[in-house]
Amino acid sequence: MVKKTVTVTNEQGLHMRPAGVLAKAVKDHPDCEVILYANGKTIKAKAPMQIMAAGMKKGCEVEIVCEGADEQAVLDEIAGMFEAGFGE
Amino acid sequence: MVKFTGKGVYGAVAIGKISIFKKQDVTVKRVHINDTDAEKARVKSAKEASTEQLQAIYEKALKEVGETNAQIFEIHMMMLEDEDYNESIENIIETQKVNAEYAVAVTADNFAEMFSSMDDAYMQARAADVKDISNRIIANLNGTAAGGTDTEGKMIVCADDLAPSETVSLDKDRVLAFVTAHGSSNSHTAILARNMNIPAVIGAGDDFLARINDGDEAIVDGFTGEVFLNPDDATKERLLSKQKADEEKKRLLQKLKGKENITLDGTKINIYANIGSVDNIGAVLLNDAGGIGLFRSEFLYLENSSYPTEEQQFTAYKRALESMAGKKVIIRTLDIGADKQVDYFELKKEENPALGYRAIRICLTRPEIFRTQLRALFRASVYGNLGIMFPMITSVSEVERIIAICGEVRAELKTQGIAYSESVELGIMIETPAAAIISDKLAPMVDFFSVGTNDLTQYTLACDRQNPDIEQFCDTHHEAVLRLIEMSAENAHKNGAWIGICGELAADTTLTETFLRMGIDELSVSPTFVLKVRDAVRNIDLST
Repeated sequence: MVKKTVTVTNEQGLHMRPAGVLAKAVKDHPDCEVILYANGKTIKAKAPMQIMAAGMKKGCEVEIVCEGADEQAVLDEIAGMFEAGFGE
Repeated sequence: MVKFTGKGVYGAVAIGKISIFKKQDVTVKRVHINDTDAEKARVKSAKEASTEQLQAIYEKALKEVGETNAQIFEIHMMMLEDEDYNESIENIIETQKVNAEYAVAVTADNFAEMFSSMDDAYMQARAADVKDISNRIIANLNGTAAGGTDTEGKMIVCADDLAPSETVSLDKDRVLAFVTAHGSSNSHTAILARNMNIPAVIGAGDDFLARINDGDEAIVDGFTGEVFLNPDDATKERLLSKQKADEEKKRLLQKLKGKENITLDGTKINIYANIGSVDNIGAVLLNDAGGIGLFRSEFLYLENSSYPTEEQQFTAYKRALESMAGKKVIIRTLDIGADKQVDYFELKKEENPALGYRAIRICLTRPEIFRTQLRALFRASVYGNLGIMFPMITSVSEVERIIAICGEVRAELKTQGIAYSESVELGIMIETPAAAIISDKLAPMVDFFSVGTNDLTQYTLACDRQNPDIEQFCDTHHEAVLRLIEMSAENAHKNGAWIGICGELAADTTLTETFLRMGIDELSVSPTFVLKVRDAVRNIDLST
């Protein structure tokens, strides 16, 4: 299991589009489980509705936890997406 | 005539006949079933059908509203695969032994409720997305036909609320406008209407729906959010001319956006915009200005109750530079004086403020204020293409002092290991006759001149521009002013500097040719005039 804490950089927080982009990326790695901890909630990163429902706004700290195949690579990819503001 | 008011989401005017959007029937009954596996299988195939339909809508949206906006439907497809959502449906079928339709409807309500209760207007609006995908599944389970309109020809589509998929499914060529009784301006329908360039009014109210019939005449004003049902002749005439003016403006925008500022004989000029706050940058980009020729930094001082900190200023400058993404941004240092009073500066009342203690005179006598602003500017310079411009210059020694202070500020940043750009251009305003007359001496010291025609005119003609009684003596085209500009342009070019005009005269298209002939390199005008000036430039021929 590997983990890393990142900060939401998107102006409007993790709204629909970034949530979709994130869930899609996580789904590409079916053998690695990705869980996010934010706002006191536990969020499955492959579920777009859970991501949106967590209401992660700009500046919100998010702990990403990956477990499974290629966990370090998956963690780096997801953390990188947060840092890049999901391409916004 | 009856008037309804909601929120306008795309500024345009439409006149036409009303067509009411009939919703798909998604009434759900709770039915007890025994074969839960069969119900789950029905959900599965209804979901597959829904995904196929969404794929088709996605492709239509891709063509009509672009990839960014079409993405909603891609996400809708992903929502259909959302684990929690699906587990909830299966659980309800399993534990309550009920039909698939009912299980989907209950799940939809629960998820929509979850979004509605969030403390964020954007997230609350997501409840509509959950309902949209769920209703699609239910319709596929029921086998009911998709919703739509019944009238022929062009129409003003009216509905209680429209789901994003319903909005996109409509034949765009037939839709004149959208009016919904409910919904928020954060809804995707609003976003899509904006991107389809269709006027829309959201939240016109229940009374509106109760009063309309298919075929009624109506006018939709997307600027004001007004809807006029059965308009009278006067209203019709007023809005028709509003529509015409708007279409003319958009036509100009369409025609000239992305085009070069080039004369018929091939002379190019930069057309930049003047702004007074970071909030105006949207207008700069919308009107396709090539940069910002005058960013008045006074707002930072006027909006504050004490001197704005270096950090506050840095944040504002950085935002401006980043928003302009590498295009030139010329920020003018503090230009306040007795006519633009700021309490905490504690400036004395003056007999003659235009000739008084103001602008660079304050900066050079209170260097701590000046240094704070310069530090913020140089720090921000790494985020874009910055030019710094100094107002109210009258002498060589002022410019020498300014350049020395800039050097000190840069040296200080360097010692502290703080990054700044080496390519920041420094320029001065030519707004006093003195500066124009000694422009041969000033030009070698700077990278650019920017002519402030308002002050230059009032100082040259000894005419207070605030006094309406002497307006007839204040000839803005006075030969003396034009000669000073021409002289400055010559001296700038002889010394490798460029010259722009940022006063009101820059937008006066009767002078555009005169300025081009003087060799002016840049005209900076308020954002709404950018395209008007571009149009003028493109019709000028300097070879004749």
